[in-house]
Amino acid sequence: MLLYPVFIQLYLELVYNGHEDAARDFYDKFSGEQDDYLQEDLRQLSIITKKQHMEENVHVMENFRTSKYVIRMSRDSYTMLKRHLQATKKNLLLNLIQEHLYVDVFDGLPRSKEQISAVAGALGGEARRESNKTKVFYGLLKEPELNVQLEEEEEGAEGEDKPKKKKTKKELFSRKAKNDPNAPSSTRIPLPELTDSDKLDKVQSLREATKRVKVTADNLPSVCFYTILNAHQGVTSIEIAEDSSLMAAGFADGVIRIWAMTPARLRSMKYSNELEIIDKEADDVLERMMDDRTAANMKLMLGHSGPVYASRFSTDRKYMLSCSEDATIRLWSLLTYTCLVCYKGHTYPVWDVRFCPQGYYFVSAGQDRTARLWVTDQYQPVRIFTGHLSDVDCVQFHPNSNYVASGSCDRTVRLWDVLTGNCVRYMTGHKAAVQVLCFTPCGKMLASAGADGLVLVWALHHGNLLAILSSHTDTIYTMGFSREGHILATGGIDNCVVMWNMQKVAEQVDSEDLSLSTVHIKTDVIEQPLASYHTKATPVLCLHFSRRNLLLAAGPFVQT
Amino acid sequence: MAEQKQPSTLSGDSVKIIAESIGIGNLTEESLTTMSDDATYRLKLLIQDAKKFMRHGKRKKLTQADFDHALKVRNIEPLYGFQAKDHIPFRFASGGGRELYFTEEKEIELQDVINSSGPKVPMDVTLKAHWLSIEGQQPAIPENPPPAEKSEQQLESLDPAAKLAAVKPLKDKAGKDTTGKAKHRPRQPELVKLKDLEIHELSVEQQFYYKEITEACVGSDESRRAEALQSLATDPGLYQMLPRFSTFVCEGVKVNVVQNNLALLIYLMRMVKSLMDNSALYLEKYLHELTPAICTCIVSKQLCMRPDVDNHWALRDFAARLMHQLCKTFTTSTNNVQTRVTRMFTRCLQNEKAPLATYYGSISALGELGHEVIRRRLVPSDLRVSSCSCWGCFCALHSDAR
Repeated sequence: MLLYPVFIQLYLELVYNGHEDAARDFYDKFSGEQDDYLQEDLRQLSIITKKQHMEENVHVMENFRTSKYVIRMSRDSYTMLKRHLQATKKNLLLNLIQEHLYVDVFDGLPRSKEQISAVAGALGGEARRESNKTKVFYGLLKEPELNVQLEEEEEGAEGEDKPKKKKTKKELFSRKAKNDPNAPSSTRIPLPELTDSDKLDKVQSLREATKRVKVTADNLPSVCFYTILNAHQGVTSIEIAEDSSLMAAGFADGVIRIWAMTPARLRSMKYSNELEIIDKEADDVLERMMDDRTAANMKLMLGHSGPVYASRFSTDRKYMLSCSEDATIRLWSLLTYTCLVCYKGHTYPVWDVRFCPQGYYFVSAGQDRTARLWVTDQYQPVRIFTGHLSDVDCVQFHPNSNYVASGSCDRTVRLWDVLTGNCVRYMTGHKAAVQVLCFTPCGKMLASAGADGLVLVWALHHGNLLAILSSHTDTIYTMGFSREGHILATGGIDNCVVMWNMQKVAEQVDSEDLSLSTVHIKTDVIEQPLASYHTKATPVLCLHFSRRNLLLAAGPFVQT
Repeated sequence: MAEQKQPSTLSGDSVKIIAESIGIGNLTEESLTTMSDDATYRLKLLIQDAKKFMRHGKRKKLTQADFDHALKVRNIEPLYGFQAKDHIPFRFASGGGRELYFTEEKEIELQDVINSSGPKVPMDVTLKAHWLSIEGQQPAIPENPPPAEKSEQQLESLDPAAKLAAVKPLKDKAGKDTTGKAKHRPRQPELVKLKDLEIHELSVEQQFYYKEITEACVGSDESRRAEALQSLATDPGLYQMLPRFSTFVCEGVKVNVVQNNLALLIYLMRMVKSLMDNSALYLEKYLHELTPAICTCIVSKQLCMRPDVDNHWALRDFAARLMHQLCKTFTTSTNNVQTRVTRMFTRCLQNEKAPLATYYGSISALGELGHEVIRRRLVPSDLRVSSCSCWGCFCALHSDAR
């Protein structure tokens, strides 16, 4: 663990002082001994061969020269190291270590090789002990009271089944009404109120939840795959709406296509002169508002001037957000199928954007190493999350909307508090850029995956690594948890959908005692997935569990 | 550890040539090295940025678009007009004592481009849905990859020991036996490695399919037979039923040759042809049944009830072509299929007491096998039949066809 930063600092010293040839020799001699996953970084470093390069390439230099590389060591190991260096009079090394490395000393047993390699890999070293101490409210928000409406609906329906149905509904509600000490209060961050259509939507989703198939390790979900054919320009992102009725795909030429997945076709709203004449008190006013002449299976949204890297639906399916290489984020209306707002805050390509589950907020990740939190009615961001050492590749909201997770090219995952804007968790362990993040439905764990083909599962309570799932051979681009959180499905560019059993990992989170001082958590390395399905030359770009636990997957067919 | 790779750099010569191509002729050595170093540095920076765009574009190949975006991010004017789907190879030219690699730029007459009809409009983007897995099982429909890839089948038949070595510790019962055996193996290296007996179970659908196909192939309805043969030639999930199909063909030929049932023999041979045409199947494990069946159809002395009237010659020709296809696909240096087959046919010819039909069959088969075979085996041999008039016709026919 020590070798790498020392090697880098020595190499940079040589280059800075003008000894180019010596630097090159030094590099050639010792770079081979570093770990495989660091070779990428070393190759980047090898480009810098002159002092002038160092001055120009401010970005990389910042990372290496200014911020201190953090290493955690047990007290015994640290004292032994100091003693050795002093004994052999390697003053240069001692000075270097004092200046550029931050050794976080902890008391206790030194870690084993597996434990060290599990958390190694980040650009800036590991997490300091204090960085993961802030309390994180990972519980779910209290569900709004919907009792009255639901019971009314049920009374009209079956007679004998009434008592049984009422009990199950009450059970669902009572579970959520209990006060969770780990849940944030509903007013911690201002959230929009539920509109009538939202309430109808919630009732609908609860009704579908009762018909849900229990998906476990023994009862694997069925997978329905949607292939996008003839996409010559290249598909860059796919997304399926929460209730599985719409699918949006972003392409490399800046076009977004929206498909209807249900037999109901996509219709846009009538113009205002026509809207005025319809009867507002009619029962089917929502239907009458829509113009049937514009019904189509697929709608085209034009506006971006560069590849669209993400296109997301809002939970109420009225809006869609998209971000692209042209550094803008666009908000589209799904009632009129036109662009409403263009947010220009990033000056570099925006890699990812996500809507808040409760609506109104959205977060974007850009190449400028920041993640920004926006509200839909302001043209400037309300929070800017800085701290990553390299571009932020992906972001994700926590189910309770109080926290945002971001994964970056510097191989770390950070959890930010929306209220204060601080980084509350700093998690290292990936060996290559992080491409996708996913929270469990219960909100207690975060899964992250990326270009190294590994899925790492973190417990938010203390920020430690719970499990490493390795089976993919190439970059993972999408993940999805089943609705109860028992199965994790992952897919990527190796044309494979893999299913993992999350029940054991979840049990571990629940059972361990909640003391924050646990330094070493045993991480599971799971190499045998429950199942893996190959597709024919189709990278898997989107995975979505429907409300009844049917897995929908989507990808473009790539002709070689 | 990984082997040491020499980092690639732009050489001073390349810089000199590039400078000359834009008109700057006299550059000193020092300036060349400085420029090449600088150019290398900047190129590498750009390529790294372009890699990020490639990763977000969900691709494995770096394209010009990625590079253009990388240039844009660094505030450099992107290069216009570079669009090539495939790799453009360099052309080599030498002259004046120096060698040069350049990309060829063709000059096109604008008039031709204007007057020519436009390119075909590509098909629009469409969405198609299919079941990737139903309750845990991947169905064998054409949209899914075949259950056992052809390369896997090939590996299995050529090197059965490889499968044993690759067995991972599985938790289910079937796996337990194999891992137990694999563990014991290193302790007793002298024992011959036995391949475990595989239980060939067919699902209900597969059994039904087998029944339907076999009945259709040998039945009287021509359209059903055509459909069945088409299905055999294209369906990707047949590999589990292959042993049963090959047994069916083999037994069928044996029985029908005795009964001189020409029609059925023809149908069986067409079945074999469809199976061989199927690109997802590798038939090597079943050659020991199929080859004798085909040979029977070629050289058998009586294939039909009325040899003077029925056209059994067509069957022999068809079977001969089938044999040729078989030899071409499955001959390797270990199994020597072609050699053995050729030897068998020549022996047949040298047998003086064989009937005419047999001779016809073997000559036809040898003829199908190619020029070399004809030259070596047919021409020099001292045949009783060579005086017969048929001989001349056959030779002429076959040599014309080449």
